[in-house]
Amino acid sequence: MGGTSPCASCKLLRRRCAKDCIFAPYFPSDDPQKFAIVHKVFGASNVSKMLQELPVHQRADAVNSLVYEANARMRDPVYGCVGAISYLQNQVSELQMQLAVAQAEILCIQMQQEPVIPAPAAIDEPEDKSFLLHPQYFNFASSSSSNVIPDYSLNRESVFGHDMVS
Amino acid sequence: MNSRCAACKYLRRRCPSDCIFSPYFPPNDPQRFACIHRIYGASNVARMLQQLPENQRASAVDCLYYEAQCRVQDPVYGCAGIISLLYQQIHNAETEIAKTQAQIALLIDSNTQEQQVYLHQNIEVESDLNILLQEQGDEFSLLGPPNQASSGFI
Repeated sequence: MGGTSPCASCKLLRRRCAKDCIFAPYFPSDDPQKFAIVHKVFGASNVSKMLQELPVHQRADAVNSLVYEANARMRDPVYGCVGAISYLQNQVSELQMQLAVAQAEILCIQMQQEPVIPAPAAIDEPEDKSFLLHPQYFNFASSSSSNVIPDYSLNRESVFGHDMVS
Repeated sequence: MNSRCAACKYLRRRCPSDCIFSPYFPPNDPQRFACIHRIYGASNVARMLQQLPENQRASAVDCLYYEAQCRVQDPVYGCAGIISLLYQQIHNAETEIAKTQAQIALLIDSNTQEQQVYLHQNIEVESDLNILLQEQGDEFSLLGPPNQASSGFI
């Protein structure tokens, strides 16, 4: 096996890539852009320090998240990741409001469906046959007050419970 | 008397009048620069600020500070961890909304069916009543005109 090619970090930093180079496992030589962007935002020595402070099994994830943040910072030099966080928090907020409204709608429907003594349908009373009606049918037609559906006016502020990502 | 900005104090250097850090790192908040420096380094921060118009630098420093704090609190995932969590929350909320809307559709559907059954039952009652009225009418017609009825109810 010949000499291994230097990792992307050591290529960029123009130094010898040691056998125990801390960058080598995470910045292969075939992806120079990955280290370039992390170096531009964080600096090689800061990245090296951060990796050294982590156990080995967490370093790959740390590198990936640093690359993610560096990319976000390059795309948006002012807000970086914070812009994305702000946008996503707004989305969560809106969705939670939509969910609260939908859940309130279910409550309304369920309350409307509670067993209510049904109002008897009004019976046509043709004048010429009114003397034929049995007395109980007069009572049957008179009660209609139990048909009123309670009116629930939704107040979004009262329904929306605040528990946002802090 | 000129007091050095927090950055120059931290870096132990003279704070020039045109120091790029001084508007954003007042001396009364040393932690702000210390945190940013730990993650980004002074020269990177200076370069990033120089590449921005002045009116955007304050916001940029605030965001860098926020991100640096996230990284200090979570050295593995930093801000990316928060973003991942937010995506998960969005997914969960969308799933819940879809389930809730399906429940609403089901409730409305079952409510409509109950109303139709109820109306249908009412129509049956009314038609039964009409039949009864007709039968009673027939009975009385068999008795003849009232003045001929043996048991007139009028």
